[in-house]
Amino acid sequence: MNSLISLEKVNYQIADQHILHDVDWQIPAGAHITLTGPSGGGKSTLLRIIAAMISKTSGTLTFDGQPIESYDPIMYRRQVSYCFQQPTLFGETVADNLAFPYQIRKQVMDTQRVVTALNNVGLSERTLHQPIIELSGGERQRVALIRNILFLPKVLLLDEVTAGLDENNKQIVHAWLRQLNEQDHVTTIMITHDATEIAAADQLAKVVAGRLEVHA
Amino acid sequence: MNLAVNNTSLFLAAMLVLVALGISLWQKLGLDRDIVIGVVRAVVQLFIVGYLLKYIFRVNNLWLTLAMIGFIIFNAAWNAKKRGPGIDHALAISLLAIFVSTGVTLGVLVLSGAIKFVPSQMIPISGMIASNSMVAIGLAYRSLNSQFHDQRQGVLERLALGAGLLEASIAIVREAIRTGMSPTIDSAKTVGLVSLPGMMSGLIFAGVDPVRAIRYQIMVTFMLLSATSLGSIIACYLAYRNFYNEQKQLK
Repeated sequence: MNSLISLEKVNYQIADQHILHDVDWQIPAGAHITLTGPSGGGKSTLLRIIAAMISKTSGTLTFDGQPIESYDPIMYRRQVSYCFQQPTLFGETVADNLAFPYQIRKQVMDTQRVVTALNNVGLSERTLHQPIIELSGGERQRVALIRNILFLPKVLLLDEVTAGLDENNKQIVHAWLRQLNEQDHVTTIMITHDATEIAAADQLAKVVAGRLEVHA
Repeated sequence: MNLAVNNTSLFLAAMLVLVALGISLWQKLGLDRDIVIGVVRAVVQLFIVGYLLKYIFRVNNLWLTLAMIGFIIFNAAWNAKKRGPGIDHALAISLLAIFVSTGVTLGVLVLSGAIKFVPSQMIPISGMIASNSMVAIGLAYRSLNSQFHDQRQGVLERLALGAGLLEASIAIVREAIRTGMSPTIDSAKTVGLVSLPGMMSGLIFAGVDPVRAIRYQIMVTFMLLSATSLGSIIACYLAYRNFYNEQKQLK
């Protein structure tokens, strides 16, 4: 089966510090992968390399059969979307944030779509005009997630995005991510330390001391 | 008109330097070396410039005047560059920004008839324009550096969402331009109320009717607005890309 993303002997080092060692990873289209491992092991680095936010030191990384270097990084990031742990929101209001994906594509915000997305993660239309300083940590994280999917990417890379959420909100986000994966066919890779999330994983991968272990 | 500071009074006025020197030594500011260097440089540079300008004004040659303006622009760019450590091509960027801002502003002043194309007007005015443009660019560089440092996370998130480099940086670029322009705008608001700036003070000193002197100051206010805004915008739009690498990642 063809992989949507394929890594072969990917290494990453800063000066003489080796952060990732010979990572080989085949990620099929439509996968829903849970990525775990000890802190500082290289999980975030691996996702950031796949997201083209940083560049591997050596090895090959292909997306849709083409080497990552052949894509314009900006267009690539619109297809392989990375969501940060503890994201920063822009501007003054929630609307400023949700208009951003439209602005960079020179489009007018589709309010209907934005409201639907807000509802899908348990936020109301009223949130749209709320100042970002009034949002709780969990609300900020959900607003940030919506920014990544208003234009559906092919791949969604999530860096511990549920870490700041309470149980109820975690459930909402999980259900929503599953829907994105199953209905919209978005390939997702989610970093987590949460035991429940790890136990519920379809496919589990682990990064330990810069090496990847894939569990079937 | 009494416009002569003789050598004796200049020497006595040098006592004022001792005030600064005394404060530095007394308060252990460690500035004494810099004060001495600064004073010596100021005296030497100004004497050289005085004689040089006297010669240039007397010769009144087009090429010599342009060469002198070029020299001023280069020095201004060199100093602006020093305020943008870590920005590649800062000298070339500063040179272009100061050249354009000075050129456009001088052009408008000459074409409008506000000043004449004679060395005794062109050279001092070029110096005022270039030095203000230099300060504006230096402030803008410093602002770019500190904002790209402080707002790193926000820039990374915009990039992750697929923003282009300008879209990821635009808020920072705008703020840096604003920082470059704001001292000029602030001083435009207080001119005449707080300070009687150099141009009009000089003319008043030389015995010109204050009502005529202020016209020149008004012209200076206009020209500095143009120079600092052009200098800042050119420098910022050329410099922001430096904060990204070839792969369009934040350095």
